[in-house]
Amino acid sequence: MQKIEEMKIQSSADVVLVRQAVRQFAIEVGFGLVDQTKIVTAASELARNTLDYGGGGTVKLETLQEGGRRGLKLTFDDQGPGIPDVDMALKDGFTTGGGLGMGLGGAKRLANEFEIESVVGEGTRVIVVRWK
Amino acid sequence: MERIPILQMGEFLLVTIQVDMHDRLAMTLQDDLTNRISQTNANGVLIDISALEIVDSFIGRILGNIAKMSRVMDAETVVVGMQPAVAITLVELGLSLTGIRTALNVEKGMALLRATVGEPATEAIATEWDEEDDAED
Repeated sequence: MQKIEEMKIQSSADVVLVRQAVRQFAIEVGFGLVDQTKIVTAASELARNTLDYGGGGTVKLETLQEGGRRGLKLTFDDQGPGIPDVDMALKDGFTTGGGLGMGLGGAKRLANEFEIESVVGEGTRVIVVRWK
Repeated sequence: MERIPILQMGEFLLVTIQVDMHDRLAMTLQDDLTNRISQTNANGVLIDISALEIVDSFIGRILGNIAKMSRVMDAETVVVGMQPAVAITLVELGLSLTGIRTALNVEKGMALLRATVGEPATEAIATEWDEEDDAED
């Protein structure tokens, strides 16, 4: 049965709650420890981006079942300033904040599927999927 | 305010991170450690992360900052106990934790710190005696 949960990301405490919820979902999908760690780490990076760069937002957690395989899909949404140059933002080491610039590119590497849509002045949506 | 305890063991400071840290708590740890190094004249810091289920780029940056700041204050930092799944994920994330010394566990970390900062001669002799005693038993 599909499980869906939507959570708000408004504080650094919320980022911790998102990590814990993603861990629970990953366990339910049947991920091993390494896969759990990868998707939780990706979620942590993206939730922090939503908070720090998007000014807060939401994440939707969904379990997936396609044919015989199961997966976990995370959709991060914010109504922040948007990203003018997505390709640049995905490059390692690029940051407009005080971070290492590893978050977005790192999250992409930790997921099996990665999508980003951003409109300047309207917000950003990032979708990551990891399959078991 | 929530804080991560810092223990003093001789000339070393010992931190065991046992909670899922939010970002501000990690920043507080960085500030607290720098203050404690200065207050205690510690010359080594050991950070046990064996209870950490993830290390993301933010925590990686904080660990790197702690290592750099303590070095500027004449103290060495060793991070110990990283879980294998965390190490695998870190590499894929793209973090190499450059400049951070690591050891598998607390015992090896302490040995590395002692070897790096150099133990006072008297203590080194005492340790040798202990080892000989053990050998005879």
